[in-house]
Amino acid sequence: MTLKLAPVLSRAWDEQDSYTIEGYQRRDGYKAVRKALTEMTPDEVIGEVKESGLRGRGGGGFPTGVKWSFIPQGDGKPHYFVVNADESEPGTCKDIPTMLANPHELIEGIVIGAYAIRSGHAFIYVRGEVTHVVRRLLAAVREAYAAGFLGKDILGSGFDLELVVHVGAGAYICGEETALLDSLEGRRGQPRNRPPFPAVEGLYASPTVVNNVESVASVPSIIRNGKDWFRGFGSEKSPGFGFFSVSGHVGRPGQYEAGLGVTMNELLELAGGIRHGHRLKFWTPGGSSTPLFTDEHLDVPLDFENVAAAGSILGTRALQVFDETTCVVRAALRWTEFYAHESCGKCTPCREGTYWLVQAYKRLEAGQGDEAELEKLLDICDNINGRAFCALGDGAVAPITSSIKYFRDEYIEHFRQGGCPFDPSRTTVWAPALTGAF
Amino acid sequence: MSSTEIGMPVVPPKGYPQEVKDRLDQDADAVIARYPVSRSALLPLLHLVQSEEGYVSGDGIKYCADKLDLTTAEVSGVATFYSMYKRRQVGDYHVGVCTNTLCAVLGGDEIFAALKQHLGVENDQRTEVSAQGRSLTLEHIECNAACDFAPVMMVNWEFFDNMTPEKAKQLVDDLLAGREVPASRGPAVCSFKDTERILAGFEDRRADAVTAGGSAGPESVVGLKIAQQRGEYA
Repeated sequence: MTLKLAPVLSRAWDEQDSYTIEGYQRRDGYKAVRKALTEMTPDEVIGEVKESGLRGRGGGGFPTGVKWSFIPQGDGKPHYFVVNADESEPGTCKDIPTMLANPHELIEGIVIGAYAIRSGHAFIYVRGEVTHVVRRLLAAVREAYAAGFLGKDILGSGFDLELVVHVGAGAYICGEETALLDSLEGRRGQPRNRPPFPAVEGLYASPTVVNNVESVASVPSIIRNGKDWFRGFGSEKSPGFGFFSVSGHVGRPGQYEAGLGVTMNELLELAGGIRHGHRLKFWTPGGSSTPLFTDEHLDVPLDFENVAAAGSILGTRALQVFDETTCVVRAALRWTEFYAHESCGKCTPCREGTYWLVQAYKRLEAGQGDEAELEKLLDICDNINGRAFCALGDGAVAPITSSIKYFRDEYIEHFRQGGCPFDPSRTTVWAPALTGAF
Repeated sequence: MSSTEIGMPVVPPKGYPQEVKDRLDQDADAVIARYPVSRSALLPLLHLVQSEEGYVSGDGIKYCADKLDLTTAEVSGVATFYSMYKRRQVGDYHVGVCTNTLCAVLGGDEIFAALKQHLGVENDQRTEVSAQGRSLTLEHIECNAACDFAPVMMVNWEFFDNMTPEKAKQLVDDLLAGREVPASRGPAVCSFKDTERILAGFEDRRADAVTAGGSAGPESVVGLKIAQQRGEYA
């Protein structure tokens, strides 16, 4: 079967003005918010999103409409709608182009979502290291206010909404929703104990929804076209479409928006295959925090349940592809250094564990020690996995345990040779092909 | 990770001169007014003081603490948590090379090594001021969410896509020579201080800055183009 693409959020990215309010309105923009605010009750909006089956696109996969329905109503407290735009998971690169090219679809989704949960104040928490994204968001919010889609009495519905673009300052952990809320409150971004969940005590201890950019931006199309249209994509338990972000040693890296459940084989065909003269070695299905896959997994349907059944996590559909020139030890060490750098320091297993993982890994990459080092590494992993305060710890061990599972011999080869058997210069995009083809 | 410098105990900062405070207050009050609870303004305020001095100084911390009725210890605790707040003067340009796994493997490691040698600085160090009066700070950075454009560099957090060691050296030479350098997806790079004011939530003062760089980079639309060729739409 040939893969069928489904450009929804990316449908107008090739147009010069897709990020402006005019460009967006030419493409059905702000029709859904009119429908939601003037023809639907908040509960009907929640019901429609719930029945569409939309699941969180930030990696967790929790049903978005269900999350919205957890917000207590008539509690007399302010409610907050927060967009998680802290895209930082290694390999994940879909929300940034979405906000650059289509910020208004995100804003429209925010207005609809805030209306549904009866929130008068919304925030976009965007990572700080993307100046141009901040420019586009600030301009789009200004345009939306001027056009009456934000502010007082939106479209004459009596619904008021303030939207603030809040810029982070460089901390991967703030992608974790409770750390994000602490950060948004002006504190160090460290995760909170749960319960209470944000739906009960989130921002300023008030009921709060935190949704990923792509989840929120998918809402207007659901309201425009209906839940059945959305369910026409993907599978029973993973309905809808999403970005598949293919990067690494492929012919045409980039964003491929398609129904959930496509396979890596299908995506590789569109992406021009593995770069010329090389073959696939390993890949991540959903960012570096998801256990590695290999060429055994090319036909796994990339949806929540099938990726889980194959031993990994769909995550953010961040498909980082590495060919046979890449040393898996080098790759996993670098990710491990990332997690050690980004560990917030709150809990001991993650703070100490990631530090010691790096020490052990560096010895290992240098070919020092023997196979017992591997067991030590796995032992440290065992003391982090499931024992850390938040998912960062589990994410840190995923590339390690999975790479040892599939490439144990390669680790041992480092000990045998007393160093790395790979030539790092062969992995670069400018490395000459080493086949006879050229 | 930390860079503790041992020296004489630091004298408590006196704070900014009155004219600096008066100028910053206009922006700071606008930032604080965005939030239902004033402490939420702390991250943007730290960006704002960084736009004043090019780093977060003791004076900057005192300014934030005074504005938000916090202690300087509370503000320091936050400022030191986040990697974008710099404890030492950043040059006119912050130059980042992604060396997270994917970019590193695709060439980021070679680019970073080439730049260190070319500029004669190590990680997180600032160059001398050039004849044209410019300096830059070189740093290796983590994944910046542009993996389909790897290897990626960031200058003042603007995207420079599909880099090579040669392009990287040309880029820093242009920056140090004071030449105008357009980002791959964005406008010409402005100064680090001007960038930090944008990150405090204020629009770029340059009229054409928002439109620069087009809607999306070529890699962002590869799927869309194939869909269009094949007549597939949702």
